[in-house]
Amino acid sequence: MTSAISLDEQAVMPTAPRPARRSIAQLLPSRSPKLVVGLSIAGVIILWAIIGPLIVGNPNAISTSMFQTPGTAGHLLGTTQTGQDVWSQIAYGTRGSLIIGFSVGIISTVLSAIFGILGAYIGGALDETFALFTNIVLVIPGLPLVIVIGNYIPVNQRGLFLIAIVLALTGWAGSARVLRAVTLSVRNRDYVAASRVSGEKTWRILVVEILPNLIPVMASQFVFAMIFAILGEAGLSFLGLGASNSFTLGTILFQAYNDLALTQGAWWWFVPPGLVIALFGCALSLINFSIDEIINPKLRNSTRAVRKKWGLSPAQIRQLDEEQIK
Amino acid sequence: MTTLEFANVTKQYRIRGKRGDNRLLAVNEVSFTLESGKTVALVGQSGSGKSTIAKLLMQLERPTSGQILVDGEPIRRHGRGLREYRHQVQMVFQDPFASLNPYHSVAHHLARPLLIHGRAKTRAEVDAGVERLLQRVRLVPAAETAAKHPHELSGGQRQRVAIARALAPEPRMLIADEPVSMLDVSIRLGVLNLLAELQREDNLGVLYITHDLATARHFCDEILVMYQGRIVERGPADEVILHPKHEYTKRLAAAAPNPELRLKQIQKA
Repeated sequence: MTSAISLDEQAVMPTAPRPARRSIAQLLPSRSPKLVVGLSIAGVIILWAIIGPLIVGNPNAISTSMFQTPGTAGHLLGTTQTGQDVWSQIAYGTRGSLIIGFSVGIISTVLSAIFGILGAYIGGALDETFALFTNIVLVIPGLPLVIVIGNYIPVNQRGLFLIAIVLALTGWAGSARVLRAVTLSVRNRDYVAASRVSGEKTWRILVVEILPNLIPVMASQFVFAMIFAILGEAGLSFLGLGASNSFTLGTILFQAYNDLALTQGAWWWFVPPGLVIALFGCALSLINFSIDEIINPKLRNSTRAVRKKWGLSPAQIRQLDEEQIK
Repeated sequence: MTTLEFANVTKQYRIRGKRGDNRLLAVNEVSFTLESGKTVALVGQSGSGKSTIAKLLMQLERPTSGQILVDGEPIRRHGRGLREYRHQVQMVFQDPFASLNPYHSVAHHLARPLLIHGRAKTRAEVDAGVERLLQRVRLVPAAETAAKHPHELSGGQRQRVAIARALAPEPRMLIADEPVSMLDVSIRLGVLNLLAELQREDNLGVLYITHDLATARHFCDEILVMYQGRIVERGPADEVILHPKHEYTKRLAAAAPNPELRLKQIQKA
């Protein structure tokens, strides 16, 4: 190589074979213990919600011989005061709660995307209006409003989807604000200007250039909305304002409370639904944490356990820690 | 021959402050002409309005007053006319780490302008076009590079991709906004030589925005010196460097390192 060429960049690529396209696996969060545990718990519960109702008996069927008995061979988790099978009720209740969770997740993600992303990208008066509306919805206290709306709707019209819509309408505003902030930062990046210079149409810039960079944030918000919805629905049902004539985990708890299961020590009636809610909420939170780690790689590298994996000596790890403290 | 004329253009920004609005005159009655086949350098310090001129030329901003003309015709700002303009005038951005979308592959970045400007229609044509562009900017083997994402490339390779993207619509004019300032010093010359070579091959008119007088003199026919939103000096490159008239140009020329003078000083000592 002459000196003139050596100044030139080594433009020729290394010839080592590389994956031709980025596979979907690379887009997913790296397989951390958090993610594996979260996905397994959530997976089991979701699977149960889908196939459970198909294999258990009628949750409303009343046993003529067993009232409020703990688990036996015929009734795995025992029976309620009126002799209904708790195991069957949980299967239907989990399905109901998950339907609400997913519906709220989808509706509120769509709402927050419309008000957050669209407003921030188009800007001007539309952005001002959307931001104002988002802020108004944000300061309205959520649960009291849900209670008022839930109270206002006649009991016989209170189905699962109506409850889902009520919860979604009160729960999207926080995500919309976050999405607006992220979109405002992304739309000013050079690559957006570069695609305008290329002659790209506005909607295409939004959908093809900006949106993919928001997907991790939106995934995290979807999961968060699900947790919010399942807990919110349980709260509403516990107050007797939940979905009528369908089972959710909240309505089971409401029934148990009303029929004095707590004072009579019928733990097999109220512990299992409570446990399913707690486990599912925990699993979704774990998934959410691992999504956060992709959005913010600093979180990923901040634990000592991970640094040890880099193959550093304990002294080097200590030094890194000290540098971070400074 | 195509000409791109900047006629008496002024750009004023309004800055919202605590005590009412302030005005910032970023570009103040600037006029110049770019011709195909010629390279013009726009030199000035940070904040002198260089990048604003690039944004105005690329229609990312609208001038407060004045006109931009292509072959004597005022440019169109919407629809088909705008696309026609973007087909003729393209830009290489300053920061190759910001100007490529981290989500998309190199092939996407090059295929889009080819499709938008009708340079390719079928999938095979697009693939061929992408390969040809990558070969022009010496990113070989092209097929391998096309499948990569920006984070797999070095700064210099990214800037080559950005140059290839700008060339995709087969423009007549190229605006290069400090194309090498974010790159490692050792690879700057490679990228600049590539730009000069492409300029000759396509008979491009190039506006080279920089604050580096030495490369401006080496690569450009004409130099415009900008200071606080105005063009304070203009002329053939050697003339401006060797006989600077304006105070700012003198300081700029004096600040630039002069290897020959330094060598003489060393030999004397």
